[in-house]
Amino acid sequence: MMNSLQQMAEQCEKEGIAFWEMVLQNDMSDRLVSREASMQQMQQMYRTMWEADASYDPKLHSASGMVGGDGEKIRRAREQGVLASGDWIGLVMEKAVKMGESNACMRRIVAAPTAGACGVVPAVFLSMQEKYHYTEEKMLEALYVSAGIGAVIAERAFIAGASGGCQAEIGTASAMAAGGCAYLLGGDAEAIIHAAAMALKNLLGLVCDPVAGLVEVPCVKRNVIGAVNAVTTADLAIAGVRSHIPPDEVIDAMRSVGRLLPSSLRETGEGGLAATPEGIRISRNLR
Amino acid sequence: MNIFDIVGPIMVGPSSSHTAGAVRIGYITRRLLGEPVIRAEIGLCGSFLATGKGHGTDKALVAGLLGLAVDDMRIPESFEMAKKQGLSFRFTAEEIPEAHPNTAHLKVEGASGQKLDIVAASVGGGRMKVCSIDGITAEFYGECPTLVVQDRDEPGQVADMTTMLAQANINIATMQLYRDVRGGVAVTVIECDQEVPRESLHWLAERDGILKVTYLSMEEAPV
Repeated sequence: MMNSLQQMAEQCEKEGIAFWEMVLQNDMSDRLVSREASMQQMQQMYRTMWEADASYDPKLHSASGMVGGDGEKIRRAREQGVLASGDWIGLVMEKAVKMGESNACMRRIVAAPTAGACGVVPAVFLSMQEKYHYTEEKMLEALYVSAGIGAVIAERAFIAGASGGCQAEIGTASAMAAGGCAYLLGGDAEAIIHAAAMALKNLLGLVCDPVAGLVEVPCVKRNVIGAVNAVTTADLAIAGVRSHIPPDEVIDAMRSVGRLLPSSLRETGEGGLAATPEGIRISRNLR
Repeated sequence: MNIFDIVGPIMVGPSSSHTAGAVRIGYITRRLLGEPVIRAEIGLCGSFLATGKGHGTDKALVAGLLGLAVDDMRIPESFEMAKKQGLSFRFTAEEIPEAHPNTAHLKVEGASGQKLDIVAASVGGGRMKVCSIDGITAEFYGECPTLVVQDRDEPGQVADMTTMLAQANINIATMQLYRDVRGGVAVTVIECDQEVPRESLHWLAERDGILKVTYLSMEEAPV
């Protein structure tokens, strides 16, 4: 069972296998499927992410009208070279927003771990592949890393905003992307789990306060912070920086913070940004 | 939960519980009816009612009733599809005490006049749970072959069902019994490890005291 990042990393070391390999083997025994069947399914996930990114339509707007067109704005700004964070981080931001917008506009996406956070993992993965030209095989291995991290978080804590706030959704997605990114950069199991831990730490306490209860504001833009945070914490791990708090304990802290959150800050659309005068006005106009 | 619940599912947005779960509710209802739906009255409760429109819950439920899967790109156009395929529907606001916040109450009628009344909830991550059938409690998730039998609450009915399954060499995964009142209508929900053959279902439906046999197959349904 995948319920401890620390134990998984230790077992990888003991058995001399990669983190992704352990997650894959776990899936094979858990669902009684062949290696090929599992890999094929993961390939379908990655290709669907790619297609969703490539088929972004800047003209689409969500039913409420709040979401649409921002991904195209970032693309143009990137083209003009006006972004302080530079072209590649700009690319990560662009992809994160595009996927979040596509989701809000009822396009096909891959929930990872949820639909609201679906932009984080693909933004990091697709941008990494564009930059370093990894093979698809390598990308799938990294997706197993992400899936393993997400599975541990789901086991020890939660991955739904209604259960633990946005930290459970964007926070988990960011931890998943960070671990995958650290693997792509050559990190071992220890680097992977510390990248994930640092990513999650940075987003602890993030509340789920969607305006009018919709997966739009602030969800789409939070995909950006989840994705960029994943890149920076993967970089920290590659540089040798480690989380002082052990990764499993960080996840447990996320759980206890989530349990302390009042229900008004857990997807009900009753607190935070949803409860601002403007948030209330938007919500009223939609009824 | 497996790793493809973490990286996945592939779905049409924006919300796994308000959109994907709603498609599943419509889809399982359509499969339980066993024929194309021509009329549907859909009651929305709780959060489905409050935020359903913005999440496309209404379109998702209708898409499911048409037999579309959660990743079908035609979900946003389901209302137009329904019109073309002869499915008329209407939505109502409904209050069901103690119900899960994401609950729908569907009253559907099929092409041959068959009727079905389902209350189902979207329970997160795109999963759904049937809560009642034809007004009687019956809980199942629609993730394995499921046999739902309504019968007169009399001795021996369950024996008929299990005999039928044993003869078809089908293993029972879970089994639940419900009834409205003593000696009234009982509902038996049997989740199976294998598909139940059509002939066995016919045999069961003909037995004395069996009022209605509804079966959910996991095999691909024609859309």
